Amino acid sequence: MITAERKPLEELVEYIRPFRRILLVGCNECVTVCAAGGRKEVGLLASGLQMALLKAGASIEVREHTLERQCDPEYVEELVPMLDGVEAVMSMACGCGVQEVARRFKDKPVFPAVNTKFMGASERQGVWAERCMGCGNCLLGETGGICPIARCAKQLMNGPCGGSTSGHCEIGDEVDCAWALIWERLKELGQQDRYVEITPAKDWRTGKGAGPRKIIREDLAE
Amino acid sequence: MDNFEPVIVAFCCHYCAYTAADMAGSQRLSYPPNVKVIRVPCSGKVDAMHIVKAFEKGADGVYVAGCLEGDCHFKNGNSRASRMVAYVRRYMDEIGIEPDRLEMVTMSAGMGYRFAQAATEITEKIRGMGPSPIHAAIDTGKAA
Repeated sequence: MITAERKPLEELVEYIRPFRRILLVGCNECVTVCAAGGRKEVGLLASGLQMALLKAGASIEVREHTLERQCDPEYVEELVPMLDGVEAVMSMACGCGVQEVARRFKDKPVFPAVNTKFMGASERQGVWAERCMGCGNCLLGETGGICPIARCAKQLMNGPCGGSTSGHCEIGDEVDCAWALIWERLKELGQQDRYVEITPAKDWRTGKGAGPRKIIREDLAE
Repeated sequence: MDNFEPVIVAFCCHYCAYTAADMAGSQRLSYPPNVKVIRVPCSGKVDAMHIVKAFEKGADGVYVAGCLEGDCHFKNGNSRASRMVAYVRRYMDEIGIEPDRLEMVTMSAGMGYRFAQAATEITEKIRGMGPSPIHAAIDTGKAA
């Protein structure tokens, strides 16, 4: 999923201070799962914003709505009837959702309420960790199902480096060395021979190296 | 300010604090009428939204009363509630409401005296703090 964290309330209050009526839009997908921008967080933020402004002697009407998915135009269209009299929109979706709303409603200022973080997985209840950087050429089949691009601080293709100690990365004891994990996993699989193969330098053009990317499925695209 | 009577919302677990409130009644123990008790099936059922809404509607203080540590009827609802309360306290600080207006207390179903004591202590603490800034702002808005 795409993970996110709510921005500090102070920053959000500054965004909306000039307005009297805003629409706060959540998303039922990734940001709901990582408890950053679903229906519940929309309710909490709407309440918090109204109280913070009331305390400062101002008042604002915050309309709330949570879309099934904010990165699809079909769902964003649902917002049309709710925008009457609304001066600005605040989105609790990831950056994709915020941009989709901004693209559709060009006459309304749109503000992000969360900081989009990374593509990650749940380690346990309430803990999410980065697992993928979308490099565009997956090599998990070669590395025992553990990604050295997302999980090695140096993105080494042939690790570990000298900073790996007792399975931890030199940037912090709480960070596992991806290459130590890869080695352990290859041992479990009896595939240690994979480790001695030198992987050539990665072609980053499949990642962000060649600019913004697009996927076109000709059988689906209209 | 001299006549200030705080509004306090107490979310009480059915298996402990709510029964303790009954016990306090049976024992003829008095506690301040400022405390508005809301029975919940478990303290872990209380959501951050319930607390935040209580403050938004003008509560001066809120507390969540759950079972003693290790005694939750649903295994760990009380420890979840405790973490949720800590989370909401940080959010209150961001909003500009003193976090001390919210707390978590624990007791067993037989501790009628403890219920009355907690209700009295929290009411007095909030009375000393004065109206919540939101309550004050609501009153100012009504007066204007």
